[in-house]
Amino acid sequence: MVDINFGRARPGGLLDLSRVEGLDSWELIDGGRTVRIGAGASFTRIIDELGSLCPALAQAARTVGSPQIRNRGTVAGNLATASPAGDAHPVLLACWAQVEVESAHAARLIDIDDFFVGPKRSALAPDELIRAVRIPAAAGPQQFAKIGPRNAMVIATASFALNLDVAGQRVGTGIGSAGPTPLRAQAAEQMLEEALADRWDAPEAELARPLGPAAREHSEQERANCPERPVSAANKSGNDSGADIPSRLSEGAARQFGALVAEAASPIDDVRGSAAYRRHALSVLARRTLNWALADLSEAERPVSGANKSGNPGGAAA
Amino acid sequence: MRVNVTVNGVAHRVDHVWALESLLDFLRERVGLRGTKNACEQGECGSCSVYVDGVLVCSCLVAAGQVEGCSVVTVEGLDPSPVQQAFVNAGAVQCGFCTPGMVVAAHCLLADDPDPDDLTVREQLSGNLCRCTGYQKILDAVHLAAERAGASGR
Ligand SMILES: Cc1cc2nc3c(=O)[nH]c(=O)nc-3n(C[C@H](O)[C@H](O)[C@H](O)COP(=O)(O)OP(=O)(O)OC[C@H]3O[C@@H](n4cnc5c(N)ncnc54)[C@H](O)[C@@H]3O)c2cc1C
Ligand code: FES
Ligand code: FES
Repeated sequence: MVDINFGRARPGGLLDLSRVEGLDSWELIDGGRTVRIGAGASFTRIIDELGSLCPALAQAARTVGSPQIRNRGTVAGNLATASPAGDAHPVLLACWAQVEVESAHAARLIDIDDFFVGPKRSALAPDELIRAVRIPAAAGPQQFAKIGPRNAMVIATASFALNLDVAGQRVGTGIGSAGPTPLRAQAAEQMLEEALADRWDAPEAELARPLGPAAREHSEQERANCPERPVSAANKSGNDSGADIPSRLSEGAARQFGALVAEAASPIDDVRGSAAYRRHALSVLARRTLNWALADLSEAERPVSGANKSGNPGGAAA
Repeated sequence: MRVNVTVNGVAHRVDHVWALESLLDFLRERVGLRGTKNACEQGECGSCSVYVDGVLVCSCLVAAGQVEGCSVVTVEGLDPSPVQQAFVNAGAVQCGFCTPGMVVAAHCLLADDPDPDDLTVREQLSGNLCRCTGYQKILDAVHLAAERAGASGR
Protein backbone atom coordinates (compact mmCIF):
# COMPACT_ATOMS: atom_id res chain seq x y z
CA MET A 1 0.00 0.00 0.00
CA VAL A 2 2.86 2.39 0.72
CA ASP A 3 4.14 2.06 -2.85
CA ILE A 4 0.63 2.64 -4.15
CA ASN A 5 0.10 5.69 -1.92
CA PHE A 6 3.33 7.18 -3.22
CA GLY A 7 2.59 6.37 -6.86
CA ARG A 8 5.54 3.95 -7.10
CA ALA A 9 3.28 1.01 -7.92
CA ARG A 10 0.18 0.87 -10.11
CA PRO A 11 -0.92 -2.77 -10.15
CA GLY A 12 -3.92 -3.59 -12.28
CA GLY A 13 -5.74 -4.83 -9.22
CA LEU A 14 -5.29 -6.15 -5.69
CA LEU A 15 -5.97 -9.59 -4.24
CA ASP A 16 -7.22 -9.50 -0.67
CA LEU A 17 -5.95 -12.75 0.84
CA SER A 18 -7.19 -11.76 4.29
CA ARG A 19 -10.63 -12.98 3.23
CA VAL A 20 -9.60 -16.48 2.32
CA GLU A 21 -11.26 -18.81 4.79
CA GLY A 22 -8.87 -20.52 7.19
CA LEU A 23 -5.75 -18.71 5.96
CA ASP A 24 -5.51 -16.62 9.11
CA SER A 25 -5.10 -19.53 11.51
CA TRP A 26 -2.41 -22.04 12.48
CA GLU A 27 -2.43 -25.72 13.26
CA LEU A 28 -0.16 -28.49 14.52
CA ILE A 29 0.82 -31.12 11.96
CA ASP A 30 3.27 -34.08 11.95
CA GLY A 31 1.84 -35.40 15.19
CA GLY A 32 2.37 -32.09 16.93
CA ARG A 33 5.98 -31.64 15.87
CA THR A 34 5.40 -28.90 13.31
CA VAL A 35 3.44 -25.65 13.46
CA ARG A 36 1.78 -24.71 10.18
CA ILE A 37 1.03 -20.99 10.16
CA GLY A 38 -1.41 -19.78 7.53
CA ALA A 39 -0.33 -16.97 5.22
CA GLY A 40 -2.96 -14.65 6.66
CA ALA A 41 -2.09 -15.02 10.37
CA SER A 42 -1.17 -11.60 11.76
CA PHE A 43 1.89 -10.92 13.88
CA THR A 44 -0.50 -10.07 16.72
CA ARG A 45 -1.97 -13.54 16.53
CA ILE A 46 1.49 -15.12 16.55
CA ILE A 47 2.41 -13.12 19.66
CA ASP A 48 -0.84 -14.02 21.41
CA GLU A 49 -0.99 -17.71 20.51
CA LEU A 50 2.44 -19.08 19.60
CA GLY A 51 4.66 -17.90 22.47
CA SER A 52 5.35 -21.49 23.58
CA LEU A 53 5.40 -23.35 20.28
CA CYS A 54 7.42 -20.77 18.35
CA PRO A 55 9.01 -18.54 21.00
CA ALA A 56 11.60 -16.84 18.79
CA LEU A 57 9.04 -16.10 16.10
CA ALA A 58 6.74 -14.57 18.73
CA GLN A 59 9.64 -12.50 20.04
CA ALA A 60 10.47 -11.28 16.54
CA ALA A 61 6.80 -10.52 15.87
CA ARG A 62 6.74 -8.30 18.97
CA THR A 63 9.47 -6.12 17.49
CA VAL A 64 7.67 -5.53 14.18
CA GLY A 65 6.43 -1.97 13.66
CA SER A 66 3.64 -0.88 15.99
CA PRO A 67 0.40 -2.46 17.23
CA GLN A 68 -1.36 -1.20 14.11
CA ILE A 69 1.26 -2.77 11.84
CA ARG A 70 1.30 -6.06 13.78
CA ASN A 71 -2.49 -6.28 13.55
CA ARG A 72 -2.32 -6.43 9.73
CA GLY A 73 1.17 -7.67 8.86
CA THR A 74 1.87 -11.36 8.29
CA VAL A 75 4.87 -13.67 8.08
CA ALA A 76 3.88 -14.48 4.48
CA GLY A 77 3.95 -10.79 3.54
CA ASN A 78 7.31 -10.49 5.28
CA LEU A 79 8.64 -13.46 3.28
CA ALA A 80 7.24 -12.31 -0.06
CA THR A 81 8.92 -8.92 0.44
CA ALA A 82 12.16 -10.87 1.11
CA SER A 83 13.87 -7.84 2.61
CA PRO A 84 17.17 -8.72 4.29
CA ALA A 85 15.77 -6.79 7.27
CA GLY A 86 12.50 -8.74 7.60
CA ASP A 87 12.24 -9.64 11.28
CA ALA A 88 10.76 -13.09 10.76
CA HIS A 89 13.58 -14.25 8.50
CA PRO A 90 16.41 -14.89 10.98
CA VAL A 91 13.99 -16.94 13.07
CA LEU A 92 12.74 -18.95 10.10
CA LEU A 93 16.36 -19.75 9.19
CA ALA A 94 17.26 -20.69 12.75
CA CYS A 95 14.23 -23.01 12.91
CA TRP A 96 14.75 -24.66 9.49
CA ALA A 97 11.29 -23.55 8.38
CA GLN A 98 9.68 -24.50 5.09
CA VAL A 99 7.52 -22.26 2.92
CA GLU A 100 4.42 -23.82 1.45
CA VAL A 101 3.70 -22.19 -1.91
CA GLU A 102 0.99 -22.81 -4.43
CA SER A 103 0.05 -21.76 -7.95
CA ALA A 104 -3.06 -22.57 -9.96
CA HIS A 105 -1.29 -25.72 -11.16
CA ALA A 106 0.91 -27.03 -8.39
CA ALA A 107 2.01 -26.81 -4.81
CA ARG A 108 5.55 -27.17 -3.46
CA LEU A 109 7.57 -26.81 -0.29
CA ILE A 110 10.61 -24.53 -0.35
CA ASP A 111 13.29 -24.98 2.32
CA ILE A 112 13.99 -21.63 3.94
CA ASP A 113 17.66 -21.95 2.95
CA ASP A 114 16.59 -21.89 -0.70
CA PHE A 115 13.98 -19.17 -0.34
CA PHE A 116 16.00 -15.93 -0.29
CA VAL A 117 17.85 -15.62 -3.59
CA GLY A 118 18.92 -11.97 -3.57
CA PRO A 119 18.11 -8.55 -2.13
CA LYS A 120 14.31 -8.46 -2.00
CA ARG A 121 14.21 -11.48 -4.28
CA SER A 122 12.75 -14.84 -3.36
CA ALA A 123 12.35 -18.23 -4.98
CA LEU A 124 8.63 -17.52 -5.53
CA ALA A 125 7.58 -17.85 -9.17
CA PRO A 126 5.45 -14.98 -10.52
CA ASP A 127 2.31 -17.11 -10.40
CA GLU A 128 2.93 -18.55 -6.94
CA LEU A 129 1.44 -17.45 -3.64
CA ILE A 130 2.54 -18.40 -0.16
CA ARG A 131 -0.05 -20.55 1.52
CA ALA A 132 1.61 -21.27 4.85
CA VAL A 133 4.89 -21.48 6.70
CA ARG A 134 5.91 -24.68 8.48
CA ILE A 135 8.05 -24.34 11.58
CA PRO A 136 9.20 -27.21 13.78
CA ALA A 137 7.77 -26.68 17.27
CA ALA A 138 10.42 -25.46 19.70
CA ALA A 139 12.43 -28.36 21.10
CA GLY A 140 14.60 -26.26 23.37
CA PRO A 141 15.40 -22.62 24.05
CA GLN A 142 15.03 -20.05 21.25
CA GLN A 143 15.96 -16.38 21.28
CA PHE A 144 15.69 -13.39 18.97
CA ALA A 145 17.31 -9.98 19.37
CA LYS A 146 17.30 -6.89 17.19
CA ILE A 147 19.23 -3.63 17.20
CA GLY A 148 17.76 -0.34 16.03
CA PRO A 149 17.56 3.31 17.01
CA ARG A 150 14.23 3.01 18.81
CA ASN A 151 12.32 0.37 20.73
CA ALA A 152 9.43 0.43 18.28
CA MET A 153 8.85 1.04 14.60
CA VAL A 154 12.37 0.34 13.45
CA ILE A 155 13.87 -1.52 10.58
CA ALA A 156 16.58 -3.66 12.15
CA THR A 157 20.15 -2.40 11.88
CA ALA A 158 21.11 -5.97 12.71
CA SER A 159 19.20 -8.91 14.13
CA PHE A 160 19.97 -12.43 15.21
CA ALA A 161 18.01 -15.57 16.07
CA LEU A 162 19.27 -18.64 17.91
CA ASN A 163 17.58 -22.03 18.20
CA LEU A 164 18.95 -24.75 20.49
CA ASP A 165 17.21 -27.84 19.23
CA VAL A 166 17.92 -30.07 22.20
CA ALA A 167 15.86 -32.97 20.94
CA GLY A 168 17.61 -32.98 17.55
CA GLN A 169 21.01 -32.02 19.03
CA ARG A 170 21.27 -29.21 16.51
CA VAL A 171 21.92 -25.49 16.64
CA GLY A 172 20.13 -23.11 14.27
CA THR A 173 21.05 -19.48 13.60
CA GLY A 174 19.78 -16.62 11.47
CA ILE A 175 21.25 -13.20 10.74
CA GLY A 176 19.14 -10.25 9.59
CA SER A 177 20.03 -6.87 8.05
CA ALA A 178 23.67 -7.74 7.54
CA GLY A 179 23.93 -9.07 4.02
CA PRO A 180 22.12 -9.08 0.69
CA THR A 181 19.79 -11.73 2.09
CA PRO A 182 19.10 -13.11 5.56
CA LEU A 183 21.98 -15.47 6.36
CA ARG A 184 22.82 -18.60 8.32
CA ALA A 185 26.01 -18.65 10.41
CA GLN A 186 27.03 -22.19 9.59
CA ALA A 187 30.46 -22.29 11.22
CA ALA A 188 28.99 -20.82 14.40
CA GLU A 189 26.29 -23.48 14.45
CA GLN A 190 28.88 -26.23 14.09
CA MET A 191 31.12 -24.79 16.77
CA LEU A 192 28.24 -24.56 19.24
CA GLU A 193 26.98 -28.04 18.44
CA GLU A 194 30.42 -29.39 19.34
CA ALA A 195 30.69 -27.23 22.45
CA LEU A 196 27.33 -28.46 23.66
CA ALA A 197 27.94 -32.09 22.74
CA ASP A 198 28.07 -33.36 26.33
CA ARG A 199 24.91 -31.46 27.22
CA TRP A 200 22.91 -32.98 24.40
CA ASP A 201 23.38 -36.36 26.08
CA ALA A 202 21.48 -35.38 29.21
CA PRO A 203 18.09 -37.14 29.52
CA GLU A 204 16.15 -35.86 26.56
CA ALA A 205 12.77 -35.28 28.11
CA GLU A 206 14.35 -33.08 30.73
CA LEU A 207 16.21 -30.89 28.30
CA ALA A 208 13.49 -30.56 25.74
CA ARG A 209 10.93 -29.38 28.22
CA PRO A 210 9.80 -25.87 27.29
CA LEU A 211 10.22 -22.98 29.66
CA GLY A 212 7.65 -22.54 32.38
CA PRO A 213 5.04 -19.91 31.56
CA ALA A 214 6.32 -17.48 34.17
CA ALA A 215 9.86 -17.53 32.89
CA ARG A 216 8.69 -17.28 29.32
CA GLU A 217 6.52 -14.29 30.04
CA HIS A 218 9.35 -12.64 31.89
CA SER A 219 11.81 -12.98 29.05
CA GLU A 220 9.28 -11.94 26.43
CA GLN A 221 8.26 -8.92 28.40
CA GLU A 222 11.88 -7.97 28.80
CA ARG A 223 12.51 -8.32 25.13
CA ALA A 224 9.42 -6.32 24.21
CA ASN A 225 10.27 -3.49 26.51
CA CYS A 226 13.81 -3.27 25.36
CA PRO A 227 14.42 -5.12 22.15
CA GLU A 228 17.66 -3.40 21.22
CA ARG A 229 19.18 -3.08 24.66
CA PRO A 230 18.20 -6.32 26.25
CA VAL A 231 19.44 -7.45 29.62
CA SER A 232 20.68 -10.97 29.85
CA ALA A 233 18.36 -13.23 31.75
CA ALA A 234 21.42 -14.65 33.46
CA ASN A 235 22.49 -11.19 34.56
CA LYS A 236 19.05 -10.40 35.82
CA SER A 237 19.13 -13.19 38.30
CA GLY A 238 22.36 -11.79 39.64
CA ASN A 239 24.47 -14.37 37.90
CA ASP A 240 26.80 -12.31 35.76
CA SER A 241 30.21 -13.71 36.48
CA GLY A 242 30.42 -15.48 33.14
CA ALA A 243 32.32 -18.46 34.52
CA ASP A 244 29.33 -19.10 36.69
CA ILE A 245 26.77 -19.02 33.91
CA PRO A 246 24.78 -22.15 34.47
CA SER A 247 26.39 -23.88 31.55
CA ARG A 248 29.62 -25.63 30.88
CA LEU A 249 30.44 -23.15 28.13
CA SER A 250 33.37 -20.92 28.91
CA GLU A 251 33.30 -17.19 28.24
CA GLY A 252 35.86 -17.87 25.52
CA ALA A 253 33.51 -20.24 23.74
CA ALA A 254 30.72 -17.64 23.84
CA ARG A 255 33.08 -15.08 22.35
CA GLN A 256 34.16 -17.48 19.66
CA PHE A 257 30.50 -18.07 18.83
CA GLY A 258 29.95 -14.31 18.56
CA ALA A 259 33.00 -13.90 16.36
CA LEU A 260 31.90 -16.69 14.02
CA VAL A 261 28.44 -15.14 13.68
CA ALA A 262 29.97 -11.74 12.87
CA GLU A 263 32.22 -13.43 10.32
CA ALA A 264 29.26 -15.06 8.58
CA ALA A 265 27.67 -11.68 7.87
CA SER A 266 28.44 -9.61 4.80
CA PRO A 267 27.09 -6.22 5.81
CA ILE A 268 27.34 -2.91 3.98
CA ASP A 269 27.54 0.70 5.15
CA ASP A 270 24.19 2.42 4.82
CA VAL A 271 22.02 5.04 6.50
CA ARG A 272 21.14 2.64 9.31
CA GLY A 273 24.69 1.73 10.27
CA SER A 274 28.20 0.96 9.10
CA ALA A 275 29.34 -2.52 8.17
CA ALA A 276 31.79 -2.51 11.08
CA TYR A 277 29.05 -1.53 13.54
CA ARG A 278 26.80 -4.28 12.24
CA ARG A 279 29.50 -6.92 12.63
CA HIS A 280 30.23 -5.78 16.15
CA ALA A 281 26.52 -5.64 17.02
CA LEU A 282 26.05 -9.17 15.70
CA SER A 283 28.84 -10.58 17.82
CA VAL A 284 27.22 -8.98 20.87
CA LEU A 285 23.71 -10.14 19.94
CA ALA A 286 25.00 -13.67 19.34
CA ARG A 287 26.68 -13.83 22.75
CA ARG A 288 23.66 -12.37 24.51
CA THR A 289 21.14 -14.66 22.90
CA LEU A 290 23.45 -17.59 23.68
CA ASN A 291 23.59 -16.62 27.34
CA TRP A 292 19.81 -16.24 27.51
CA ALA A 293 19.33 -19.59 25.82
CA LEU A 294 21.77 -21.32 28.16
CA ALA A 295 20.00 -19.77 31.13
CA ASP A 296 16.71 -21.10 29.73
CA LEU A 297 18.32 -24.50 29.29
CA SER A 298 19.54 -24.61 32.87
CA GLU A 299 16.11 -23.64 34.09
CA ALA A 300 14.60 -26.46 32.05
CA GLU A 301 17.15 -28.89 33.52
CA ARG A 302 16.28 -28.11 37.09
CA PRO A 303 14.54 -31.13 38.63
CA VAL A 304 10.78 -30.76 38.86
CA SER A 305 7.87 -32.86 39.99
CA GLY A 306 6.80 -35.82 37.89
CA ALA A 307 3.95 -34.14 36.07
CA ASN A 308 6.30 -32.13 33.91
CA LYS A 309 8.43 -35.04 32.86
CA SER A 310 5.96 -36.49 30.43
CA GLY A 311 8.42 -35.85 27.62
CA ASN A 312 6.25 -34.21 25.02
CA PRO A 313 8.08 -34.46 21.73
CA GLY A 314 9.90 -31.20 21.39
CA GLY A 315 7.87 -29.59 24.12
CA ALA A 316 5.04 -29.33 21.61
CA ALA A 317 2.28 -29.19 24.18
CA ALA A 318 1.35 -25.55 24.62
CA MET B 1 -15.87 -0.89 -7.76
CA ARG B 2 -18.70 -0.68 -5.28
CA VAL B 3 -18.01 -0.79 -1.53
CA ASN B 4 -20.62 -1.58 1.10
CA VAL B 5 -19.43 -0.69 4.56
CA THR B 6 -20.78 0.41 7.90
CA VAL B 7 -19.01 3.47 9.26
CA ASN B 8 -19.76 4.50 12.84
CA GLY B 9 -22.95 2.48 12.71
CA VAL B 10 -24.23 3.98 9.46
CA ALA B 11 -24.42 1.82 6.34
CA HIS B 12 -22.79 3.27 3.23
CA ARG B 13 -22.90 2.07 -0.35
CA VAL B 14 -20.29 3.86 -2.40
CA ASP B 15 -19.86 3.43 -6.16
CA HIS B 16 -16.90 4.10 -8.44
CA VAL B 17 -14.30 3.41 -5.78
CA TRP B 18 -10.80 3.18 -7.28
CA ALA B 19 -9.30 -0.29 -6.80
CA LEU B 20 -6.10 1.15 -5.34
CA GLU B 21 -7.81 3.72 -3.11
CA SER B 22 -6.81 3.65 0.57
CA LEU B 23 -9.39 3.38 3.33
CA LEU B 24 -8.01 6.71 4.57
CA ASP B 25 -8.90 8.53 1.33
CA PHE B 26 -12.19 6.68 1.18
CA LEU B 27 -13.19 7.85 4.65
CA ARG B 28 -12.10 11.44 4.11
CA GLU B 29 -13.15 12.03 0.52
CA ARG B 30 -16.08 9.67 -0.05
CA VAL B 31 -17.67 9.35 3.37
CA GLY B 32 -16.77 12.91 4.32
CA LEU B 33 -15.28 12.08 7.72
CA ARG B 34 -12.17 14.23 7.99
CA GLY B 35 -11.34 13.50 11.62
CA THR B 36 -9.05 10.69 10.45
CA LYS B 37 -5.85 12.48 9.45
CA ASN B 38 -3.42 11.95 6.62
CA ALA B 39 0.14 12.71 7.66
CA CYS B 40 2.52 10.14 6.19
CA GLU B 41 0.56 7.61 4.15
CA GLN B 42 3.16 4.98 5.04
CA GLY B 43 2.02 3.53 8.34
CA GLU B 44 4.63 5.40 10.39
CA CYS B 45 2.61 8.05 12.21
CA GLY B 46 -0.70 6.51 13.26
CA SER B 47 -2.70 9.70 12.65
CA CYS B 48 -5.00 7.70 10.37
CA SER B 49 -5.80 5.02 13.03
CA VAL B 50 -9.31 3.54 12.89
CA TYR B 51 -10.97 0.31 13.92
CA VAL B 52 -11.88 -2.25 11.25
CA ASP B 53 -14.12 -4.93 12.76
CA GLY B 54 -12.76 -4.00 16.17
CA VAL B 55 -9.09 -4.20 15.16
CA LEU B 56 -6.87 -1.12 15.32
CA VAL B 57 -5.27 -0.40 11.93
CA CYS B 58 -3.64 2.38 9.94
CA SER B 59 -6.30 3.26 7.39
CA CYS B 60 -3.63 4.42 4.94
CA LEU B 61 -2.39 0.81 4.70
CA VAL B 62 -5.81 -0.76 4.07
CA ALA B 63 -7.35 -0.73 0.60
CA ALA B 64 -10.90 0.60 0.57
CA GLY B 65 -12.08 -2.60 -1.11
CA GLN B 66 -10.84 -4.61 1.86
CA VAL B 67 -13.54 -3.21 4.15
CA GLU B 68 -16.40 -4.57 2.03
CA GLY B 69 -19.01 -5.79 4.51
CA CYS B 70 -16.97 -4.61 7.52
CA SER B 71 -17.72 -2.25 10.35
CA VAL B 72 -15.37 0.73 10.58
CA VAL B 73 -15.21 3.04 13.58
CA THR B 74 -13.42 6.38 13.26
CA VAL B 75 -12.63 9.00 15.87
CA GLU B 76 -16.01 10.60 15.15
CA GLY B 77 -17.66 7.33 16.15
CA LEU B 78 -16.08 7.39 19.61
CA ASP B 79 -17.68 10.69 20.47
CA PRO B 80 -18.21 11.42 23.31
CA SER B 81 -15.52 9.31 24.95
CA PRO B 82 -13.76 9.86 28.29
CA VAL B 83 -10.51 9.67 26.33
CA GLN B 84 -11.29 12.87 24.43
CA GLN B 85 -12.27 14.71 27.60
CA ALA B 86 -9.07 13.56 29.30
CA PHE B 87 -6.98 14.85 26.35
CA VAL B 88 -8.65 18.25 26.79
CA ASN B 89 -8.20 18.32 30.56
CA ALA B 90 -4.60 17.08 30.55
CA GLY B 91 -3.57 19.57 27.86
CA ALA B 92 -2.52 16.73 25.59
CA VAL B 93 -3.39 18.65 22.42
CA GLN B 94 -1.10 21.18 20.80
CA CYS B 95 -1.56 21.53 17.04
CA GLY B 96 -3.99 18.61 17.26
CA PHE B 97 -2.94 16.82 14.11
CA CYS B 98 -1.93 13.60 15.85
CA THR B 99 -4.84 13.77 18.27
CA PRO B 100 -7.52 11.79 16.42
CA GLY B 101 -5.14 8.87 15.90
CA MET B 102 -3.90 9.12 19.48
CA VAL B 103 -7.46 9.10 20.77
CA VAL B 104 -8.44 6.03 18.77
CA ALA B 105 -5.24 4.17 19.76
CA ALA B 106 -5.70 5.17 23.41
CA HIS B 107 -9.32 4.04 23.27
CA CYS B 108 -8.18 0.65 21.95
CA LEU B 109 -5.50 0.38 24.61
CA LEU B 110 -7.93 1.13 27.45
CA ALA B 111 -10.44 -1.35 26.09
CA ASP B 112 -7.76 -4.08 26.42
CA ASP B 113 -6.16 -2.86 29.61
CA PRO B 114 -8.28 -0.50 31.75
CA ASP B 115 -5.37 0.36 34.04
CA PRO B 116 -2.17 0.32 31.98
CA ASP B 117 1.25 1.18 33.39
CA ASP B 118 3.49 3.72 31.68
CA LEU B 119 5.43 1.12 29.72
CA THR B 120 2.25 -0.40 28.35
CA VAL B 121 0.99 3.00 27.23
CA ARG B 122 4.31 3.77 25.54
CA GLU B 123 4.33 0.40 23.83
CA GLN B 124 0.72 0.57 22.70
CA LEU B 125 1.02 4.15 21.41
CA SER B 126 4.42 3.50 19.81
CA GLY B 127 2.86 3.70 16.36
CA ASN B 128 1.46 7.20 16.96
CA LEU B 129 3.81 10.13 16.46
CA CYS B 130 3.31 13.64 17.83
CA ARG B 131 5.46 16.27 16.11
CA CYS B 132 4.67 18.80 18.82
CA THR B 133 6.27 16.27 21.20
CA GLY B 134 3.54 16.45 23.75
CA TYR B 135 4.11 12.85 24.78
CA GLN B 136 4.18 13.42 28.54
CA LYS B 137 0.79 15.14 28.44
CA ILE B 138 -0.52 12.38 26.23
CA LEU B 139 0.61 9.78 28.78
CA ASP B 140 -1.05 11.89 31.50
CA ALA B 141 -4.26 11.99 29.47
CA VAL B 142 -4.37 8.22 29.05
CA HIS B 143 -3.85 7.69 32.77
CA LEU B 144 -6.50 10.31 33.55
CA ALA B 145 -8.98 8.60 31.25
CA ALA B 146 -8.19 5.26 32.90
CA GLU B 147 -8.62 6.74 36.35
CA ARG B 148 -11.97 8.31 35.50
CA ALA B 149 -13.24 5.16 33.85
CA GLY B 150 -12.18 3.22 36.95
CA ALA B 151 -13.84 5.70 39.28
CA SER B 152 -17.10 5.55 37.35
CA GLY B 153 -17.04 1.78 37.77
CA ARG B 154 -16.74 1.07 34.08
C1 LIG C 1 5.24 1.47 9.22
C2 LIG C 1 5.78 0.12 8.89
C3 LIG C 1 6.64 -0.51 9.79
C4 LIG C 1 7.15 -1.77 9.51
N1 LIG C 1 7.97 -2.35 10.41
C5 LIG C 1 8.50 -3.56 10.14
C6 LIG C 1 9.37 -4.19 11.07
O1 LIG C 1 9.67 -3.66 12.14
N2 LIG C 1 9.88 -5.40 10.74
C7 LIG C 1 9.56 -6.03 9.57
O2 LIG C 1 10.04 -7.13 9.34
N3 LIG C 1 8.73 -5.46 8.68
C8 LIG C 1 8.20 -4.24 8.94
N4 LIG C 1 7.36 -3.65 8.03
C9 LIG C 1 7.09 -4.30 6.75
C10 LIG C 1 5.79 -5.11 6.72
O3 LIG C 1 4.93 -4.76 7.74
C11 LIG C 1 6.10 -6.56 6.86
O4 LIG C 1 6.92 -6.95 5.77
C12 LIG C 1 4.84 -7.43 6.88
O5 LIG C 1 5.24 -8.73 7.19
C13 LIG C 1 4.09 -7.40 5.58
O6 LIG C 1 3.01 -8.31 5.69
P1 LIG C 1 1.60 -8.04 4.97
O7 LIG C 1 0.83 -9.26 5.17
O8 LIG C 1 1.07 -6.74 5.41
O9 LIG C 1 2.08 -7.96 3.46
P2 LIG C 1 1.60 -6.95 2.34
O10 LIG C 1 2.13 -5.60 2.66
O11 LIG C 1 0.18 -7.13 2.09
O12 LIG C 1 2.43 -7.54 1.14
C14 LIG C 1 3.82 -7.37 1.02
C15 LIG C 1 4.26 -8.01 -0.28
O13 LIG C 1 4.13 -9.42 -0.18
C16 LIG C 1 3.22 -9.92 -1.17
N5 LIG C 1 2.44 -10.97 -0.49
C17 LIG C 1 1.68 -10.82 0.64
N6 LIG C 1 1.13 -11.99 0.99
C18 LIG C 1 1.55 -12.90 0.08
C19 LIG C 1 1.31 -14.30 -0.10
N7 LIG C 1 0.55 -15.01 0.74
N8 LIG C 1 1.90 -14.92 -1.15
C20 LIG C 1 2.70 -14.23 -2.02
N9 LIG C 1 2.95 -12.90 -1.90
C21 LIG C 1 2.38 -12.25 -0.88
C22 LIG C 1 2.41 -8.75 -1.63
O14 LIG C 1 1.99 -8.91 -2.94
C23 LIG C 1 3.41 -7.62 -1.48
O15 LIG C 1 4.26 -7.55 -2.59
C24 LIG C 1 6.81 -2.40 8.30
C25 LIG C 1 5.94 -1.78 7.42
C26 LIG C 1 5.41 -0.55 7.70
C27 LIG C 1 4.46 0.09 6.73
S1 FES D 1 -1.10 8.50 7.60
FE1 FES D 1 -1.39 6.42 8.05
S2 FES D 1 0.15 6.06 9.48
FE2 FES D 1 0.60 8.08 8.87
S1 FES E 1 -0.23 17.87 18.92
FE1 FES E 1 0.78 18.45 17.12
S2 FES E 1 1.38 16.56 16.32
FE2 FES E 1 0.68 16.02 18.25
